[in-house]
Amino acid sequence: MIAYLVRRLLYAIPILVGVNVITFGLFFMVNTPDDMARMQLGIKHVTPEAIEGWKHEHGYDKPLFYHRDAVGFDKVSDTIFYQKSLRMFVFDFGAADDGRDIEHEIGKRMWPSFAIALPAFLVGLLIYITCALGFALFRATYIDFWGVILCVVAMSISAMFYIIGGQYVISKLWHLVPISGYAGTVGDALRFLLLPVTIGIVGGFGASVRLYRTFFLEEMGKDYVRTARAKGLSEGVILFRHVLNNALIPILTTVVVAIPTLFLGSLLTESFFGIPGLGSYTIDAISMQDFSIVRAMVFIGSLLYIAGLMLTDISYTLVDPRVRFS
Amino acid sequence: MSGFKIVILPTDALVYLLVAIIVLTVWYVRRKEHLLAPWQRVAQSPSGMVGLTVLLMFVMIGLLDSLHYRERLPTTESSQPVYAVEVLSMLDFTLKPLRIHGEKTYSAPLATHGYAKETVTLPGGGEQREFPRLVYGGAQLADVERDYGTDIARRTLAGIVGGVAVWLVAVGLFTAAMARYCRVATREMWRQVWRDETAVPWRVVWLTLFPLFVFSAAACALAGGYHVLGTDKVGQDVLYEALKSIRTALVIGTLTTLLMVPFAIAFGITAGYFGGWIDDLIQYVYTTLNSIPSVLLIVASVLMMQVYIDTHADIFPTAVQRADVKLLVLCAILGLTNWTDLCRLLRGETLKLRELEYIQAAHAFGVRDIRIITRHILPNAMYLVLISTVMAFSSLVLAEAVLSYIGVGVDPSMYSYGTMINGARLEMARDPMVWWSLATAFVFMVTLVLAANLFADSVRDAFDPRVRTRPTLIRKPA
Repeated sequence: MIAYLVRRLLYAIPILVGVNVITFGLFFMVNTPDDMARMQLGIKHVTPEAIEGWKHEHGYDKPLFYHRDAVGFDKVSDTIFYQKSLRMFVFDFGAADDGRDIEHEIGKRMWPSFAIALPAFLVGLLIYITCALGFALFRATYIDFWGVILCVVAMSISAMFYIIGGQYVISKLWHLVPISGYAGTVGDALRFLLLPVTIGIVGGFGASVRLYRTFFLEEMGKDYVRTARAKGLSEGVILFRHVLNNALIPILTTVVVAIPTLFLGSLLTESFFGIPGLGSYTIDAISMQDFSIVRAMVFIGSLLYIAGLMLTDISYTLVDPRVRFS
Repeated sequence: MSGFKIVILPTDALVYLLVAIIVLTVWYVRRKEHLLAPWQRVAQSPSGMVGLTVLLMFVMIGLLDSLHYRERLPTTESSQPVYAVEVLSMLDFTLKPLRIHGEKTYSAPLATHGYAKETVTLPGGGEQREFPRLVYGGAQLADVERDYGTDIARRTLAGIVGGVAVWLVAVGLFTAAMARYCRVATREMWRQVWRDETAVPWRVVWLTLFPLFVFSAAACALAGGYHVLGTDKVGQDVLYEALKSIRTALVIGTLTTLLMVPFAIAFGITAGYFGGWIDDLIQYVYTTLNSIPSVLLIVASVLMMQVYIDTHADIFPTAVQRADVKLLVLCAILGLTNWTDLCRLLRGETLKLRELEYIQAAHAFGVRDIRIITRHILPNAMYLVLISTVMAFSSLVLAEAVLSYIGVGVDPSMYSYGTMINGARLEMARDPMVWWSLATAFVFMVTLVLAANLFADSVRDAFDPRVRTRPTLIRKPA
């Protein structure tokens, strides 16, 4: 078990290195720093001095991989690759274009994202599983038939329409909660978070319920369920004691991987509701073309995703003894 | 039109390629019974046929919009023909009145007057604030107060009657043709369609087409004198925008898969078939790509491509061509983030197939690897490619809207549902609300994506061997 986890942990390192190389190639080799400077300063009427100044200010006036003129270790360390890419492994992302420290901003902004994503995740999971179990219980009846149709229709609606519709009906027509915004204190935050959390749950309903329903149905077609029926167990006991437990395993694999990425927040929700989380941080970086923030977010995102994969493996070994003893 | 020059944009060329592939596949499949069987199951599923019918409507508009040309300018002195800079499509040609009849700014659906009050100079001097009369909306009415209601009613009625008539003629001709083809009496054919006893559920298809025919005919009749779905901020007809956006959505939904499938097949099958270090390397590549959250990878790639295109703007002769290349690049980037799933599935399938007896036998006979892959493994893994292609379509259409909204999608000058929503969202706060752009984008997108989802489900049910053994996902209870 321990050896297995250590192996998984070691396997994550080459992947992170790969991610780092990809982002480096994307941000520094597709376009030269000169092109980036020209883009930032406006395409036309840019003097070479201004470009040099911009590059120096952002630390891009160095060779990519190898500094010929430097001495000793500086030959390697005084390069863009070392300064901008390798330093990310120790969570040193440098400063954004507006001069603020990126790791400080990320540390501050991940909590509002988490405050929306976590309740939406937990409550959503509970609702989805309940509904899916209900449809599976009433399979091949009109409840199930119309339930699946509802899911397919719900899946076909873009998340943006849920947000716009929710904001319009609940906030603008009924004045129940504020349209957008965020507050630090617990009581106020609750009012602001209610709508985004609800919309997050509604938005994921169709796809998740339908997926979980197929998990349940697949489980119900297995032989042990037939045995249980033959034994005379009631449908409720079969469903809750046996099918639910076993169907939770595939649900777990699709769900656990998302837990660490809850910190990343959602680009759409946060930009529509004006929540100062990591999602809106990324959106702002896109509109201001601040590449160092986007680079940092790609790295953090991959790190959290890899953490999610490892969590999935761990939870697998916990719930499924076959994995533990193999 | 005095003359024109045909323009083939990069995405056009790929669209033609895709059409050619589909036509060839249909021609090939028709002659092979074992390949035809799953398609017959698709054709027998009512929900699948409803989806396919609606999808084909969209595809027809999209194809019409993929035939581009540049109009010849009326010049007299020079013998060298001069062509307009503007690249138009056959759809633009068909919808010419909608395209050129622009207003000044917003106007509500079927309105005759503007959306906001303006200062108007009265004929006898002096000024007054009032709703300005639209240039084209209801311009044919002599007296708006008196004629508006009757004109709308007359046009709507004419449209509905026309739509029903066309629909009836279509049903009649088709059923008669079918009766001849199946060698039964026309009367008997009618009875079977009416009672839904045909193998392919034609009744459902015709019932789906009925509202489509009636709505489009009514819209046509009204569009002659009004802006049926209103106009947007710069006075552009919203119906025209929605119809133009169809091509963008279809291109994103199909070309992305077309671009990534060759890579997924090559890498997936190679990894599964050869194993060893090749397998390790390919697995490493796709695990790494997969561990970057796809939204962030797309954002980063698109930003970098935008910088490249903007700093090298001189490569592209016209704005339309630049926008088109951007669209193609977006497809490639979306493909980059999507190929990993298909690659993993294909690898797994190849691992399984490799151990089967007939492959072992081929090995024993000394058949070369490349031949085993193309003759034995690829055909048996193709169902995975097909299923993931149709399943990916709807999520790609939805993704395009989100990406265009956050500013890393299609070129802002290109019509798409994302740009429509983005423009409409800013007007949410206005009072009275400008709702028509948003509502139009909503209706068109939901129809397209829902149709795609229904079709994809029935394709998966028909092709996936795992699904075939368990209860179908949508089945009407007995």
